[in-house]
Amino acid sequence: MPKRTANPAPSREEPAFKIKNANLPVLILHLKTADTARVKAQLETRLQQMPDFFAHAPVVLGLADLPTDAEPDFPDLLDFMRSHHMQAAGVIGGSAAQQFAATQAGLGVIPEIPARPTASPEPEPPVESVVEPQPDPGPVQPELPGLEVETEPAEAAPTLTSRPTMVIDKPVRTGQRIYAEGANLVVLAIVNAGAELIADGDIHIYAPLRGRALAGARGNTAARIYVQSMEAELVAIAGYFQVFDEGIPDALRGKFCQIRLESEKVVTQAMNSAR
Amino acid sequence: MPKVIVVTSGKGGVGKTTTSASFSSGLALRGNKTVVIDFDVGLRNLDLIMGCERRVVYDIINVINGEVTLKQALIKDKQCDNLYVLPASQTRDKDALSLEGVGRIIDELKETFDCIVCDSPAGIEHGAFSAMYYADEALIVTNPEVSSVRDSDRILGILAAKSKRATEGAEPVKEHLLVTRYDPKRVAAGEMLSVDDIQEILRIPLIGVIPESESVLQASNSGTPAIHLEKSDVAESYRDVVARFMGEDVPMRFTTAEKVGLLKRIFGGR
Repeated sequence: MPKRTANPAPSREEPAFKIKNANLPVLILHLKTADTARVKAQLETRLQQMPDFFAHAPVVLGLADLPTDAEPDFPDLLDFMRSHHMQAAGVIGGSAAQQFAATQAGLGVIPEIPARPTASPEPEPPVESVVEPQPDPGPVQPELPGLEVETEPAEAAPTLTSRPTMVIDKPVRTGQRIYAEGANLVVLAIVNAGAELIADGDIHIYAPLRGRALAGARGNTAARIYVQSMEAELVAIAGYFQVFDEGIPDALRGKFCQIRLESEKVVTQAMNSAR
Repeated sequence: MPKVIVVTSGKGGVGKTTTSASFSSGLALRGNKTVVIDFDVGLRNLDLIMGCERRVVYDIINVINGEVTLKQALIKDKQCDNLYVLPASQTRDKDALSLEGVGRIIDELKETFDCIVCDSPAGIEHGAFSAMYYADEALIVTNPEVSSVRDSDRILGILAAKSKRATEGAEPVKEHLLVTRYDPKRVAAGEMLSVDDIQEILRIPLIGVIPESESVLQASNSGTPAIHLEKSDVAESYRDVVARFMGEDVPMRFTTAEKVGLLKRIFGGR
């Protein structure tokens, strides 16, 4: 069960920006040698085979495979990358000296992903988190010595919905709890008062929702709930919840609604007035 | 093919035992060899309502423990030739009602009987679970009020998830909604949920509506199942339920507040 945090009081001043956690797909270019001349030569070959492969996509330089005392010539490598439409966003891994050299060249340092960052069911407050690399089912690359392009393993971001969508077609009754672990949840029958739907991904209910629905249960703040007839007792996204103690407002009751998280606030919106 | 039917509700006092007595009597009156089992160990009531409490010698726990045979424990009903009662124990612990023991009894009863009616205790604990586990069909007894409907919903969830049929992946238990203690006048006044309201929440087929009536209390006190009452709307509605259960198409009575509102206008109230 995610920790239930009440919505904080809205700040008085109109915010000029907001900081959001996001898991974005990004390629990592793991350097296996500090010899930038070799790297450039092999990259050149690779880019001739698929010139648009990087196409302005941000690339992170992986330094973990380098010998700790090796120091690549970052400015030289960056010049080469820019001239081939590759945007180096930062480095990951490597020694402190290597990371320092990278910052001198204008690169960011991306903290290494802990072994199981969200293994705890308690979602972290989704504020001021650093953008983390995330798995991307990118194309499989032919093996080339000295250079390796790969994506991060799936366990790096378990908030993802890596399993097939769970579909429930029978009424979910009082006292029943459905948990779509690592998946989206689609419910085609009524969800009665006292029943509970939990999903690590999104929840879609094509029937009245009278019980509770908790999406993004492991802290995925981008998760959403769609409900055909909004009559819920409670809705929650990534641990932020909204109850309807006073009953559901007339504008929402029985309506087709979308529920999402906006600046740590659960926002329930009737879809007819949404756009 | 013998049928095991559980009469259950979750909530107490809604009319499970009254229904079990009348429903099993109705099945027997129509020629089905029927047995009704009281699963309310410790609070046995069925024998009182069936008027056979003075003939209870052995009970279901004696049979489960192998102390007596089923034949010794079964009590023949005084009204119907085809009906037998298997009483609950007044003194034993409810944990003595083992699932395996109940299964043995039901298997043995299936050799002789067409219909095995299980009168479930209130609640969702052991006794209620043993009563519903082997069910092929279920009568969900619900009063027209929110807490009763909520408890019935809970029971339906357990039936769908934990009954023998559910755990073995067989065809699900066939569910029937029976609304009891229904007062169309109060429904019209908005004081009670209507049948439509209840069905909107539970979403299972309606098998009947039993009107609220003082005659039910009199029947209980005299040890006669309500279905035997003369000139009673309760008896008639229970006969309708049995007929529908047997597959007959009988029009529903007392189903909507509107209908009764119209009658009320014509006849000037009850």
